[in-house]
Amino acid sequence: MNILRTIRVALKSLFRNKMRSLLTALGIIIGVGAVIATVSIGQGAKREIEKRFDAMGTNLLFVRPGSRSFRGRHGGGGTYVNLIPSDAKAILEKCDAVQYISPSVNTRAQVVYGNKNWNTSIYGVSDKYPEIRKWAIEDGIFFDENQVRAGQKVAVLGSEVNENLFEGADPIGQIIRIKKIPFRVIGVLESKGESGGWFNRDDQIVIPYTTAQRRLLGIIHIQSIDISAVSMERTTEAVEQIEEVLRIQHKIAPGAEDDFNVSNMSEIAEGAAESRDVLIFLLGGIACVSLLVGGIGIMNIMLVSVTERIREIGIRMSVGAREKDILYQFLLEAIVLSVLGGVLGILLGVGASRLISIIAGWQTLVSNFSVVVAFFFSGIIGVVFGFFPAFKASKLDPIDALRYE
Amino acid sequence: MESNNNLIRLENIKKIYKVGETQVNALGGVSYNIKEGDLVAIMGPSGSGKSTLMNIIGCLDRPTEGKYFLEGEEVSTLDKNKLARIRNKKIGFVFQTFNLLARTTALENTELPLLYSSTSKKEMMEMAYESLAIVGLKGRELHKTNQLSGGEQQRVAIARSLVNNPSLLLADEPTGNLDSKTGKEIMEIFKKLNSEKNITIILVTHDSEVAQITHRRIYLKDGQIIKEE
Repeated sequence: MNILRTIRVALKSLFRNKMRSLLTALGIIIGVGAVIATVSIGQGAKREIEKRFDAMGTNLLFVRPGSRSFRGRHGGGGTYVNLIPSDAKAILEKCDAVQYISPSVNTRAQVVYGNKNWNTSIYGVSDKYPEIRKWAIEDGIFFDENQVRAGQKVAVLGSEVNENLFEGADPIGQIIRIKKIPFRVIGVLESKGESGGWFNRDDQIVIPYTTAQRRLLGIIHIQSIDISAVSMERTTEAVEQIEEVLRIQHKIAPGAEDDFNVSNMSEIAEGAAESRDVLIFLLGGIACVSLLVGGIGIMNIMLVSVTERIREIGIRMSVGAREKDILYQFLLEAIVLSVLGGVLGILLGVGASRLISIIAGWQTLVSNFSVVVAFFFSGIIGVVFGFFPAFKASKLDPIDALRYE
Repeated sequence: MESNNNLIRLENIKKIYKVGETQVNALGGVSYNIKEGDLVAIMGPSGSGKSTLMNIIGCLDRPTEGKYFLEGEEVSTLDKNKLARIRNKKIGFVFQTFNLLARTTALENTELPLLYSSTSKKEMMEMAYESLAIVGLKGRELHKTNQLSGGEQQRVAIARSLVNNPSLLLADEPTGNLDSKTGKEIMEIFKKLNSEKNITIILVTHDSEVAQITHRRIYLKDGQIIKEE
């Protein structure tokens, strides 16, 4: 019996019992759907972050207090007080691969305008912040060197804060109160949009760092330094120069551990990508477990099916079906079932991803690779889990089978 | 001298089963010849070995000892696959419980043996239609099994057994599940097939009415032939 005919026989068999076939395939359908959906969510998130990092530019560096081994990858240098403004100035003067610097401090505060109230992040930065962060001004102007030196109480609003406090009215020249201290609004940052549902970059207010230190936080140290290198090619050089200068500034003996940490944007980007990859693998792995369960489900139902059809197998054998014919028929039934289940699962997964990106606003990315893998995987599940029942079926003795009640 | 129109030659066929520790002698040395075109009944009480003998003649089973020649070829030592081939091409079965596939049309049921031989889809349909016509089911070909009466189902079973033009037809209590009127109709079909198409037919039965249409009768008891008529 040739393959095409066997496939037709298998299909007819499956259609004769639509309900049972559907329930059997359900495990695979859900399993594949879950794999596709979770991987696409993970991929989408990863791409979003990559886009953000790309937008920020690859010549961006950060200096943070605290050594690498203590802190891990993420920020919060709040407990360390060893970075000071003169460090930043020394870096600017002595490192020729460095273009701009922006010492920064940040905090959260209650902001009031008239009868409107908003709690937001306050970033204290230098006048070069827009250049370093590639962030344009939409309205008004940014503060300059003199205003920073004087510690003036001026503020540039993020577009979300502007929306909430001024609701479309012109904010330029108005006075807002940050922690009850009056600040004059001189500009509005362009909107950068929300990214992947975590923090909203437009929900912040930018003021001179000197003002933040003196008026809001009462400190003389700074929490980090944003630095842009002269060019992408000289970024590594910049890192080396910065480290040298700071070691001198902080009087660190040769061989002793640094009490600061310089990170390269692309390092951070890679790190984020790596942890995303781990997440994707993890989610995919869990979904694969459900796929495996689906395969076991197929095997069980195929075994039940074989038992229910013992008579039928006997009849087929009596009219001349060989062991091989029976084996192929049942094996193909399992494969067709799991492949069809795989296809339905792929459709389900793609649909679910679309739905999630519409409802939750998360970006999802269905990779063609995952679709192909899911397809073949479901086929393999059919072969592996369908084999044992098919083998059992083929080994039945026709006489016993015909006599089976 | 070997007679050339001996379809079946049984030489000292024995079948021994092991049930746990004990041995059961189902057949204890049966020898018999059946010619082409014969219409034979194998009779006997339950446990006499008539089903076992039919299974061996029908190539569903192999004898423990002895030789079985079908159309001059020794089949007693063939492997499972070759036996399947022979069942497909040379033998047709009709069972007491009809043994049709459920939720399947009469046509598809009849085509079943052709699935396992190299026949094109077109040929399969033609041969099945022809077969069904012979048993008087013209017009009912596309009815499903559950839409057919007992008698009609048995006719489909007969049509299936004929579709590959076998030399031998084996029927095990073919009227056992039918009422007497339908039973007689079925027996008429067997008679017709034997007289018009010269198909060799072996009936296994304990019903003497069924046996009436046959030319010869063999009686089995405890695995041996005790009487011939």
